[in-house]
Amino acid sequence: MSELLLQKKHSSYYYVKSKLSTGLPLFAAIFLVLLIALLLLHFIWHGAPGITWAFLTEAPRNNNTEGGIFPAIYGTVFLVFIMSLLGVPIGTATAIYLSEYARQQSFFSRSVRFGVNTLAGVPSIVFGLFGVGFFVQFIGKGIDTAAQTTIWSKPSLIWAAATLSVLTLPVVIVAVEEALRNVPQDLREASLALGATKWQTIWRVVLPNSLTGILTGTILAIGRGAGEVAPVIFVGAVYSLPQLPDSLADQFMHMGYHIYVLATQSPNAADALPLQYASTLVLLILAFSLNLTAAYIRLRIRRSHK
Amino acid sequence: MSSNSTLYKKSKFRPFEAIIEWIIRLTASFSIIIIFLIFIFIFKEAGGLIFGTAKELKPKKAVSEKVQDKSEEKVKPEIYNPETGEIVKIVEVKKLVKAKETESQSIWANLFSDTWQPVGKKPKYGIQPLLIGTFKVTLVSLLFATPLSILAAIYCAFFAKAWIRDIIKPTVEVLAGFPSVVLGFFCLVTVVQGVYSTTQFLQPLCTNIADIISWILPFSDRWIHSALTISDFHYSAVVGGIGLGLAVIPIIFTISEDALSAVPNSYREASLALGATESETAFKVMLPAALPGVVAAILLGIGRAFGETMIALMATGNAALFSWNIFHPVRTLAATIGSETGEVQWGSLHYNILFFLGILLFLVSFIINALTELFVKKYLSKKFQGA
Repeated sequence: MSELLLQKKHSSYYYVKSKLSTGLPLFAAIFLVLLIALLLLHFIWHGAPGITWAFLTEAPRNNNTEGGIFPAIYGTVFLVFIMSLLGVPIGTATAIYLSEYARQQSFFSRSVRFGVNTLAGVPSIVFGLFGVGFFVQFIGKGIDTAAQTTIWSKPSLIWAAATLSVLTLPVVIVAVEEALRNVPQDLREASLALGATKWQTIWRVVLPNSLTGILTGTILAIGRGAGEVAPVIFVGAVYSLPQLPDSLADQFMHMGYHIYVLATQSPNAADALPLQYASTLVLLILAFSLNLTAAYIRLRIRRSHK
Repeated sequence: MSSNSTLYKKSKFRPFEAIIEWIIRLTASFSIIIIFLIFIFIFKEAGGLIFGTAKELKPKKAVSEKVQDKSEEKVKPEIYNPETGEIVKIVEVKKLVKAKETESQSIWANLFSDTWQPVGKKPKYGIQPLLIGTFKVTLVSLLFATPLSILAAIYCAFFAKAWIRDIIKPTVEVLAGFPSVVLGFFCLVTVVQGVYSTTQFLQPLCTNIADIISWILPFSDRWIHSALTISDFHYSAVVGGIGLGLAVIPIIFTISEDALSAVPNSYREASLALGATESETAFKVMLPAALPGVVAAILLGIGRAFGETMIALMATGNAALFSWNIFHPVRTLAATIGSETGEVQWGSLHYNILFFLGILLFLVSFIINALTELFVKKYLSKKFQGA
């Protein structure tokens, strides 16, 4: 038996196989890291020269081949602001339920968890359809018939924000729940021992101690929401606008949609290429700075509770 | 982690507390409600197709009836053709009416035909090319992403030193942070060229191989050449698949890395103690043990690739061709919804059909998610209980 094993060990087949099984994972990891580095460098290299003060503060001119992207930045920021106002309270309450109230094995809490997971897996374009079918065609129409107006039953900023807030709900819930669970048990016990009720404990002790976690959730949701294009294509984002949106019923320009339009529907794509790269880099910087901030806050929470 | 609910003991009934608890419960049920609402409202908007109530399906009958009435009133004097002695026109009109009536019945046949041409005199809504296109792109993206990310995850979980792991994991998270429209743009400007020049480079080789095979097996001449002909298109399922692969890599990598790291260390120690090498341990002990998690990761990757819109919209060429060649341009389900819903007249049959495609996407993602839950929660947790 041992002879057989020894023989096998010295055969060239075995040698190649053992080299491959250690070499391939290493190769894959190196390839992956290089690929991502290349991707990042590509956008920094091509995009950096185009980012100037004028680019960030001017409106596009001359068929999107000159000028800047200020309306798109403005629209995106407005959008994610409204989105967080709508989504973060709901996400936080759900996380409070899951962390503080739910009994792990109860049917309801398991269904909530399943709902959150399912929501996280629904393709973003389906949220766009949902935005059209539910927010614009149902709620918007309902408001219009009730209030005798005509402005709500069309794609607009508020419906896009509502759609995105539903889409980013799982992100908020997961982040806030983690933060709530990181609040030490001693604090809850101390508060309860002092005679505080359950809600008083949550409101006065648990939530203030997890404020940074809620912030993380919000930031992550904004990072996700700012980059999503598919849900807003037909729920309010437009190609170009004569003026900035000033009410919730207005349509808006969107960074991601702007990149999509520049890349695919521009009559002279080559002329617009420098601006495309610059817009892409701005979007990337926006997304990454948000993600990095969130990661930093998370790290600090974890360290402080250890 | 255990729930905090056990910490609080019920002592006295407090109405305020009860109200708050119910408000929070109600808000928590929002996620479930939203799932139902998505289902209901996408069905509702697709209703014109499913219940046959769309304008294009129903009022046509009314119109054609009017035509019939009119034809019987006004055309009657002319219907008799004295030369041939035939009643020509009324037959034609009736045929027309019949054709229109059968059109509404045959919408399902139309839906599963092989041409997608939603705009035109006679719109064709065959979803076969879209299904094939989605399948091809998803397949290419998985072929690209799965081996790469699982091997990298194995390296990260078992072979890498701590500081290398601290480089790889955040780097992959950077990739996860890329908005899909940026990945689509990347495909558009670089991957397209790369794939095109590679195929141009490989084409002579493929043709030679086809020549040799057809020389050996003369009867296979025609199809071997067509099978080994890489098309001349710039945008194709391959380009889109690589783009989708970039979006899928972080998902498969992160989840399978978690699953691999979660395998108890005792497995590894036992395997090493029995004389297995590190790589044998990784591939023959740890990987099989973490298989449910890895399968779940791949499933979630499929779900993402299947429903991804922007990359598919920008890099696949968006032509609904009925072809199995992965170097042909394709149009996926999600890209069809993304590009056409903005331009279609709301409430029309075409609009209903786009929502029907949405139902397909939603159902597939729902099933994938349920399967994943089953794999990870049931199987994995049972397997490592007490380990």
